[in-house]
Amino acid sequence: MGAVLIVGSVGYLMASGIKETGQYFLTPSELAQRVSADPSFYDLGLKVGARVVPGTVEKEIATQTLRFHITDGTVNYPVVFRGLPPDTFTDSVEVVVEGRLQRDGVIHATDVLAKCGSRYESVPKA
Amino acid sequence: MTLLGSIALWLALLMGLWGGVTGFVGGLQGRSDLQRSARHAVFAMFAALAVAVVCLEVAIFRHDFNVAYVAGRTSRNLPTFYLWSALYSGQEGSLLFWATVLSLFAALAQVLTSARHRAYLPFVAGVTCLVASFFISVMLFAPANPFARLPYTPVDGAGMNPQLQNPGMVFHPPMLYLGYISITIPFAFAIAALLSKKLDVDWLVAIRKWTLLSWLFLSIGLLIGMWWAYVELGWGGYWAWDPVENVALLPWLTMTAFLHSVMIQEKRGMLKKWNLALILGSWLLSIFGTFITRSGVIASVHSFTQSNVGYFFLVFLLFAGAATVVLYANRLPLLEAETTLESMVSREASFLFNNLLFLGIAFSVLWGTLFPILSEWVKGTKVTVGPPFFNQVNIPLGLALLALTGVGPLIAWRRASLPNLRRQFAVPATTGVFVLLILLVAGMRDLGPLMAIAIGGFVMGTVTQEFARGAGARHRQYGEPLALAALRLIGRNRRRYGGYIVHTGMVLLFVAFAGMAFKTETQATLRPGESVTLRSPYGNVYTFTHVSVSQYDALNRRVTAALVEVSRDGKHVGRLRTEKRQHVDALGRNTFEPSTEVGIRSGLREDLYVVLGGLVNGTEQAVYRITINPLVWWVWFGGYVLVAGGLIVLWPGGGSPAVRRTQAGYAVKLEAK
Repeated sequence: MGAVLIVGSVGYLMASGIKETGQYFLTPSELAQRVSADPSFYDLGLKVGARVVPGTVEKEIATQTLRFHITDGTVNYPVVFRGLPPDTFTDSVEVVVEGRLQRDGVIHATDVLAKCGSRYESVPKA
Repeated sequence: MTLLGSIALWLALLMGLWGGVTGFVGGLQGRSDLQRSARHAVFAMFAALAVAVVCLEVAIFRHDFNVAYVAGRTSRNLPTFYLWSALYSGQEGSLLFWATVLSLFAALAQVLTSARHRAYLPFVAGVTCLVASFFISVMLFAPANPFARLPYTPVDGAGMNPQLQNPGMVFHPPMLYLGYISITIPFAFAIAALLSKKLDVDWLVAIRKWTLLSWLFLSIGLLIGMWWAYVELGWGGYWAWDPVENVALLPWLTMTAFLHSVMIQEKRGMLKKWNLALILGSWLLSIFGTFITRSGVIASVHSFTQSNVGYFFLVFLLFAGAATVVLYANRLPLLEAETTLESMVSREASFLFNNLLFLGIAFSVLWGTLFPILSEWVKGTKVTVGPPFFNQVNIPLGLALLALTGVGPLIAWRRASLPNLRRQFAVPATTGVFVLLILLVAGMRDLGPLMAIAIGGFVMGTVTQEFARGAGARHRQYGEPLALAALRLIGRNRRRYGGYIVHTGMVLLFVAFAGMAFKTETQATLRPGESVTLRSPYGNVYTFTHVSVSQYDALNRRVTAALVEVSRDGKHVGRLRTEKRQHVDALGRNTFEPSTEVGIRSGLREDLYVVLGGLVNGTEQAVYRITINPLVWWVWFGGYVLVAGGLIVLWPGGGSPAVRRTQAGYAVKLEAK
C-alpha cells in the first residue's frame, strides 16, 4: 500500500511537473509555422535553438542589453536580451534562447545559452 | 612513442578479447587452465594499457605537437599542473584513461578477492576484459586514437580550454570516471553470480567494498563538479539540472539505493531480484551516461564534441543491456525471497520505501532528461523541461527521503511495537518540532526550506540519540569516558555509525540546498567610486564599491581585473577581485573566448559572489553581477562529512568478532540448486 502511494505520488508529481513547466523547443522555422497557424504562440514561454547570424550582435554594455538575430537558414528572428551573456557567446555560435516571441516579432529572451560545440576540445586553427 | 603506444593498444585489445573468451569458457566448463589464462590476460591487458598511458604522457610533456591529441589540448605555455590533466581532458585521452583504470580495477579484483569467492573470478575476468576491450576498440576503430598523428607539425598547440584550467577540473573528471568505472566490478560479480548460479549472499559480500568505493568516488566526483561549476562558470549556482549533471547523478542514486537494500538481503534474505537489478542497472546507467555525455543527442552546455563515438556507446549499451536482461530473466526462478515482509511498520519496510523513493527520483530525473527526445518521438515536437520541473518533482521526494533517514534507524526489524516506537521517536520528533518553531519565530515562511531544516533537525535528533545510547551503554559497561566510548563505538561498528555520519553529511547538504532559496542578486554598471547595495537574506545591507580596473599579462593570458570594496552595514569587510581572462598562445594570439574569474568571499552564513561582466567601451566603467548565496559553504562542509563517513565504512577491518558472528548468523544462506 505504501509502495502504491509512493509510485502514485511520483507519477503525479512528474505529470503535473511536465504540464506546468514543459516548454516547447523549436527551430525558427517551426516557430514561424506555429505562430501563423495559432496566434496563441505569441507570448508563450518557449525555447528556440538556432545559430546567431554573424555581424548582427550589438552589445550595449552600459544598459546590459544584447541584440542579435538568430536563424536556422530559412527563418530569421531578432532577439533582445537583458543581462550578461555567457562567456561562450559570440557571433556565429549555436544558441538556445529562452523567452517569448512578442507581437512585434522580436523574441524577448530571459536566458541565452551558448552551446559551444567544442567546449571540452579545441580545434587547432590551421 | 606513438608507435609504441598504438602497439600497446592493439596488444591490450588482443589480451582483452582472449581474457573474455577464456574467462567465460573456462568458467562455464570449469577448465582451470583457461581460468588461469584469463587471469593472466587481465594482468597483461593492464600492463599494455599502462604502457600506452606512459607513451601519451611522454608525448604531452615533450610538447610533441605532431600528435593530434597533444596539439589539440595543450600548448607550450600551459602550466605543468594542467599537462597532467590533459591526459583525460579530451575524448581520446579519457577513453584511454577509462580503459586503463578499468583494467587496473579488474586486476585488483583478481588479486584482492578472498579465496572464498574464487569461483566467481573467471567470469569477473571475462566481463571486465570484454568491457575494457570495448573501450579499446572505440579508440582503435571509431577512430579516437590518442596517438593519431597530424600530416604537419604546428608550431604550438591550441591550448586547453580556459574553463578546464581550474583545479576542480583536474580532479572532477577522474573522480567521476573512477566512480563510473568501479561500478563495472560489482556488475562483473553480478554477472558471475548469474552465470555460475551461485546466487546466495556470497557475491554480495565479495562486492561490498567495491560498491562502497564506487559510491564514494561518484559522490566525490559530483561534489567537485558542483564546486567547479560554482567557482568557474560564474552563473552563481552549483547545480543546474543539466543533462550531463543528471546522468552522472543517476548511477549515484541507484548505488545509494543498493547500499541500503543490500542490508535487507543480508539480514532477512529478501529483495534478491531487486538488488541484482540495482547493480545491473547502475552499470547500464553509467554506460548510458557516457553515451549522453559524448554523443550530444541532448543539448547540454557540457557536451563533448559531437562525434560518432557516442553511437559506439549506444550500440554497446543496447547489446549489453539486452544480454543482461536475458540472463537476468533466465535466472529469476533462482532468486525467490526466503522471507516476506511482516509489517509495514518495520525496518525492512522503511528501507523498501527508501529504495522506492531513490528509484522514483532516478526515474523522474531520467524522464526529464530524455523528455525532449521522447516528446519528439511521440508528438513530433520537442518539449523541454528545466530546473522548475526537477525541483517541483524532487523537492518533495527528497524531503520524504530525508525524513526516512531519520525514521529508518528508529524502527525495529520485522515488526515494531507501539511502546517501542514511542520510546524511539520521542527525542528526534521533539527536536524536529523545536527546530521548526525556532524557524517560525525567526520569521521564515517558505514551505520548502522550513520542511528541509525541520526534517534535518529530526534526523540529527535520531543520529544523536543513536550515538548517545551506544556510547552510554559502553560507558556503563566498560567505564569508558563518553568521548572515547563514542569513538570506540564507531570503530566497532563502522558500517552503522559511519552510515550515520554520512546521514549527517546529507542533512547538512539539504540545509545548504534550502539556503539557496534565499539567494539575492543585482546587476550594476559602476564608475570608479560608485557603489551598489544589496540586502542579504539575514537583513544585513552590503555595499559594493567599484574601486579600480587593472590590465596586465600573465603566463598564458591577458587579464582584466576589477576590484570591489565590500562593507556590511557600513563596516568594511574586505576587497573582492574578479577577472576577465583572454587566453593567448605563445605568439600572443588570442585563443578561445574570454573567460570569467569569479570573486567569491565565502562565509558560514553566506557567500558574496561577484562577476565582472565587462568594461563599457574600454573605460574604467565596469558592469557587475553580484549575488549573495546563503549557506553555500555548508555544501562543501557537508560533502566532507559525507566522504568522511563513507571512508569510515570503507576502512578495512573493524567490527568486533561478536558483531561479525551475529551478522553471519543473520545472513540467511541458500544454496542454489
